[in-house]
Amino acid sequence: MANEGWFFRSRRGLPLELQEAQAWIESIARGYGLDFCETIFEMCDWEEINMLAAYGGFPTRYPHWRWGMEYIQMDKGYEYGLQKIYEMVINTRPAYAYLLDNNTLMDQKLVMAHVYGHVDFFTQNAWFAPTNRRMLDQMANHATRVRRQIDAEGQDTVERFIDMCLSLENLVDPFHDHIKRHRSESEREREEARLAPGYAKMPAKQYMDKYINPPEYLAEQQQRHVEQLERSQRFPAEPERDVLGFLLKHGRMRPWQSDVLSVIRDEALYFAPQGQTKIMNEGWASYWHTTMMTRDILSDSEVIDYADHHSGTVAMRPGQLNPYKLGIELYRHIEDRWNKGQFGKDWLDCEDVAVKRDWNTNAGLGRAKIFEVRKSHNDVTFVDQFLTEDFVRQQGLFSYEYDKAAGHFVIDSREFADVKQKLLQMLATRGNPRIAVTDANHGNKGELELTHDHEGVDLQVQWAEQALGNVARIWGREAHLLTQVDGKRVILHHDGDRFLVETPKAGS
Amino acid sequence: MPLNIESDVHRFKQIVRGRVRKELRKHMSSSEIIGKEGGRAVRVPLPQIGIPRFRYGENEQGGIGQGEGEEGQAVPGQPGDPGQGQAGDQPGEHEIEGEVSLEELAEIIGEELELPRIEPRGQKEIKSDKDKYTGISRLGPESLRHNRRTFREALKRQVASGSWSPQDPRIIPIREDKRYRTWKTKFEPQSSAVILYMMDVSGSMGREQKEIVRLEAFWIDLWLSHNYKNVKTRFIIHDAAAREVDRETFFTTRESGGTLISSAYKLCWEIIEADYPPEEWNIYPFHFSDGDNWSKADTTQCLELLRGRMLPAVNQFSYAQVDSDYGSGQFFEDLKANLADDERLVLSRVPDRDHIMDSIKELLGKGR
Repeated sequence: MANEGWFFRSRRGLPLELQEAQAWIESIARGYGLDFCETIFEMCDWEEINMLAAYGGFPTRYPHWRWGMEYIQMDKGYEYGLQKIYEMVINTRPAYAYLLDNNTLMDQKLVMAHVYGHVDFFTQNAWFAPTNRRMLDQMANHATRVRRQIDAEGQDTVERFIDMCLSLENLVDPFHDHIKRHRSESEREREEARLAPGYAKMPAKQYMDKYINPPEYLAEQQQRHVEQLERSQRFPAEPERDVLGFLLKHGRMRPWQSDVLSVIRDEALYFAPQGQTKIMNEGWASYWHTTMMTRDILSDSEVIDYADHHSGTVAMRPGQLNPYKLGIELYRHIEDRWNKGQFGKDWLDCEDVAVKRDWNTNAGLGRAKIFEVRKSHNDVTFVDQFLTEDFVRQQGLFSYEYDKAAGHFVIDSREFADVKQKLLQMLATRGNPRIAVTDANHGNKGELELTHDHEGVDLQVQWAEQALGNVARIWGREAHLLTQVDGKRVILHHDGDRFLVETPKAGS
Repeated sequence: MPLNIESDVHRFKQIVRGRVRKELRKHMSSSEIIGKEGGRAVRVPLPQIGIPRFRYGENEQGGIGQGEGEEGQAVPGQPGDPGQGQAGDQPGEHEIEGEVSLEELAEIIGEELELPRIEPRGQKEIKSDKDKYTGISRLGPESLRHNRRTFREALKRQVASGSWSPQDPRIIPIREDKRYRTWKTKFEPQSSAVILYMMDVSGSMGREQKEIVRLEAFWIDLWLSHNYKNVKTRFIIHDAAAREVDRETFFTTRESGGTLISSAYKLCWEIIEADYPPEEWNIYPFHFSDGDNWSKADTTQCLELLRGRMLPAVNQFSYAQVDSDYGSGQFFEDLKANLADDERLVLSRVPDRDHIMDSIKELLGKGR
């Protein structure tokens, strides 16, 4: 195994002042019950920080131009003072976090407090449980593997293939490591057909029965049915959301291509839980940096700077939702409710608004509750379970839609049910349409059929065209995508060179 | 730049370069690229470079916002800003721009149009190619051994293999440790040049014609600046009379008078005589017109001036005729008929923007 500790081993280590700060903040965090693995802080200059940010927090990634592109963009952003990466921490064991070397001491303490929140979350949240904590080595190994393929196949060839794989990066099953999906539906059906010998029986009076339904005929019918079921048995038996995994297993690829594709898929799966817990994770870290900074860490002279920087991270631009802000407020909302005992049957059954408003049993369970919440929830379940009507009203949340006629976004609703549904829908998809492999032997020609689970939102067809082309190129034969455009069913076809949109007739 | 991202950045720049090269004709005939010229580099929009994914259309999805406002009102703070208020971590689809330095852009057009390197007149003995040590390699002559790098490699190896001890800090390089300097031959221009732009601003030269001239001038400047150490530009506009103006005025003035081309050529010659002795300067007059001269007599005057004085003094005299709805284009024919055999005179016609690339190739393709 390549050990990429070199980047860290060659580091200069923290200055004494920050070492002391770290030890202090760590003990405060542990005092609050945060339970995190060892965390190593690295001092970096802004070029290094930008590089790490472009690489998703890791010191080594496989060679690819898009890191370079992101680096250039970040570099410009920093130079012009448009953006400044505040904190970055990676989900490994030990966890690594980075400090920008020309930040003030107050900033560094703020970042440390925030980072301990994240590391606690990485360590404790169930959705991170299956992630590879040795990803630092894994990423370096991936880089070595891809470099080896580049040496053998040439940079252009490999890079073009990586581009194709990346274009399908979002077609993984985010619940891959959590759920064992069972696939025996059609098998069970076949079983049932065999077990019900009289299924083809026609209704007949008893004395006529053996003439109308001769036993040989019934047996024959049953046999035919079983055969038919077997013939029409689809592969995959159930829609397969892990499209990358499916391509990897069944696509016609050369060994080096499989190798590259598996690298891309592994990394996509590694980052998946971070996408699923953005609100919770950022909210949790913000909750803890606020708590620790204001109660324990800040000296009088640092308060103004702190308030300034903190308000920057949780600021709301008009009309926009800030995940940090939503997360931290929702945790506070939960804490408040459980402190006052506003939960359980009595609370839910109570219909007196005045009583509910002043409800306080001094239960004092708030802190314990949020610790429990951060252990088992992801963003979807977090919002589903804890977003309340009061919260939506207090925070002034609304849902919006695009008004084509007006050419801008319009506030659609402030109703609790609407807001919650929209928010859940967004969190469930995160901009990634649900697309699954539904038939790997389309038209009995070994072509690949994908189905888009249309949830009222159309795909961007131009992008879909190119992505579908990449599916076809990786699969090795024509690819088809069933979706809807403007309320009509359409099938997109791509054979790697040509693209075709077919609008099937209704009922076909 | 730190560490290993360097090669990814390099790769991205290469891709940008490749993209520019592929779409050079488009870039050469659009104002977009020169509109974004900033100092030493131009910014090139790269709509195709993003990685295509199955995504929702930008406006389709709607979202959740926070703040003031009634139902049915516009969401505040959305001046066409994409990716509004999405709680997801998806960045908006912003247009990607790449940066290409003017130096690189010049190299690209040089390679793509197969423009020969210009041989400066009379100064052939000055060597313009310069060797520069730019890299490190594992192979090379001992005379170019890079001692510091070699010993660093040796130290790394010895530390890694455990044969180095602080008590006896001896470092002995072996063959694999050795590093050598490598060099690149770089073209470094030595001499100076002056570009004299002349343009017909009579009524028949419209906005589109001027835009074509502006685009051509950009590429001419770019190529000549790449070939000479020091390039000066002067601007002359003319209708029935000629005057020298600054760059800004040159591209914006519109007059309505008639056209006496000889007025411009006379002024041009005066400037050359006064400021740019031909034995020290490489001289490039460029004349843009729609080819509609006032009279035959004036055309004759022009021909004499060219044949007798200007052509012997300049590297190349270029006449580019921008077709307009009003111009007869006769001047092009007159030059062709009378001076076609003089290779110091280069003629080009630009019917429309799409021909800018061909025209540049004609104008600069002689390597003079």
